[in-house]
Amino acid sequence: MTAPLLVFGYGNPSRGDDALGPLLLERLAALNLPHVELLTDFQLQVEHAVDLQDRELVLFIDASVSCAPPYAFSRLAANKDTSFTSHAMSPAAVLHAFRELYGEPPSTYLLAVLGERFELGEALSEAATDNLEAAFRLLENLCADHGHQAWDRFIMPQR
Amino acid sequence: MTFELETAAHPENLKRVVIEPVTRVEGHGKVTLLLDEDNRVHQARFHIVEFRGFEKFIQGRPYWEVPVLVQRLCGICPVSHNLAASKALDMIVGATLTPGAEKLRRLMHLGQILQSHALHFFYLASPDLLFGFDSDVAKRNIVGVAAAYPEIAKQGVALRKYGQEIIRLTAGKRVHGTGAIPGGMNKNLSLEERDYLRKDIEQIIAWSQAAVELVKKVYTGRPDFHNGFGFYRSSFMSLVRGDGALDLYHGGLRARDEHGQTIFDHVDYSHYWDYIHEEVKPWSYMKFPFIRSRGREEGWYRVGPLARVNNCDFIPTPLADAERKIFKAFGGGSATQATLAYHWARMIEMLHAAEAIQELLFDDDLQSDDLVSSGERALRGVGVIEAPRGTLIHHYRINEDEQIVRANLIVSTTHNNHAMNEAIRQVALQYLDGKEMNEGLLNHIEVAIRAFDPCLSCATHAVGKMPLEVELVDAEGAVIDRLSKNSDGRCGV
Repeated sequence: MTAPLLVFGYGNPSRGDDALGPLLLERLAALNLPHVELLTDFQLQVEHAVDLQDRELVLFIDASVSCAPPYAFSRLAANKDTSFTSHAMSPAAVLHAFRELYGEPPSTYLLAVLGERFELGEALSEAATDNLEAAFRLLENLCADHGHQAWDRFIMPQR
Repeated sequence: MTFELETAAHPENLKRVVIEPVTRVEGHGKVTLLLDEDNRVHQARFHIVEFRGFEKFIQGRPYWEVPVLVQRLCGICPVSHNLAASKALDMIVGATLTPGAEKLRRLMHLGQILQSHALHFFYLASPDLLFGFDSDVAKRNIVGVAAAYPEIAKQGVALRKYGQEIIRLTAGKRVHGTGAIPGGMNKNLSLEERDYLRKDIEQIIAWSQAAVELVKKVYTGRPDFHNGFGFYRSSFMSLVRGDGALDLYHGGLRARDEHGQTIFDHVDYSHYWDYIHEEVKPWSYMKFPFIRSRGREEGWYRVGPLARVNNCDFIPTPLADAERKIFKAFGGGSATQATLAYHWARMIEMLHAAEAIQELLFDDDLQSDDLVSSGERALRGVGVIEAPRGTLIHHYRINEDEQIVRANLIVSTTHNNHAMNEAIRQVALQYLDGKEMNEGLLNHIEVAIRAFDPCLSCATHAVGKMPLEVELVDAEGAVIDRLSKNSDGRCGV
């Protein structure tokens, strides 16, 4: 049976702070949450729309170069993002593809965690390590009370 | 060949047109067009972020870590790097693969070919082909395809997903899998997994056939335009099986010149450096390989689907081979050197992958438990496969402590480096008037680059990191025109 909550953390573990998404997913995996499915990939692609099917709630986790520290938590709307570079499909664009292919997407949120270094072979930066800890505390709260009304309380004003 | 146009007696007199980055290719790229005093395109330079950093990154690591580590080179074709590295390390551990291990690797590789080709055609190329290169950018993307051709978009998603499922089941995980290891595989395909994949394979073949029909219809509908876009002649290189068949996993190297004459054939790739040399140019971090026997000026070549379909004597699956014959015969062979024919050849290969997957799913060796072998150790190993974008070479040397001391990777995009520059130059000659930048020029250059499906090694990804700027700079360094491209793909001044 499909888990009602999908948490999708993406990024390249070998590129410094780009590992924030996969690392947060590893931390969540250790909690063994029964109602949550965890998926990871290097980057979002159009076929990930298939992974969104039959979900009640979806959370994308990515590193960000521009959000306020330590993280930004927001609700996503499907967006006709026409850049569609194949390596950089945005989560909003995945939602839009979902809508075009399958109908209205599930309630979806983005946790963007601030990173600063993305070079090949680099370890997580000190700042990103702190941001990861803060983001994980939010994730624990989100997974404990998963419903979009509860999650909406955590939404942060846009910078 | 137009090598002489790659150098200028007085490059300081050339103007520059800079396009950065190129969208809808894997990663970020920058194009510089150098103009002569008559505002004609003299030279094209496609700047690419590439892999040298990674070769340093793995030095000192134990060799058995490499098949997993190299998957982090690229978020688009990790399986190709995993398999090429594993083949190189097979040599180091002295392994001759068991039938089960080789067939499982082939299945994994075919899954990668299927999903990669589906992604490229349906999501990157089809918007250009279905809507036209100059159509509204707001429509010329996969969302536009989904709206105008929903069934095609759904088939693209399903084909890609099926390929990903093959990778998941053979590699053990969706990403960072550990299926291929030095000397073999660490898991087989269970009967349950096999039956799960068998269930949909007929449909996958049918959709792949439909994709070939679609690209053939589009291409042959405007033969002069598609044949002539960015046209030039070149040599081709690829692996072929011992009997000359298309083989994407293993074989000898074959190179043929622009007239179809053999340069070398059935070459043992473990000494590839006797046949290919990598030249360094001061303006690029990326090397320029060339065929030694033809020299640096004449020795450049193309790899990838067009090279493979042209080079092989036949495709060992019936539907794809029938399409190969149609492709080769079209217009008296007029498509065989065309830049945009990459799209047609790519779909023929996708059909072959689907057919070959079906054959393997009825082979009991996939359930074998005899999956790992070893033999006499060596300190050097070379692995070559035909990755979705072309020939991929991994070369490692280890020390007595079994640590990597040297690595050399020649990826498909590096093989195609000179060829891509030439395609850009040809397109720019057609569409740049030399006085100002316009969106049409940018679109056409991007279409030419996308034909090669280049992978620019940008496996990093972070929200909000999508700059783009186009500049025309004169010989004195003054910006005489500027074109920017924002994150929604639209151009502006």
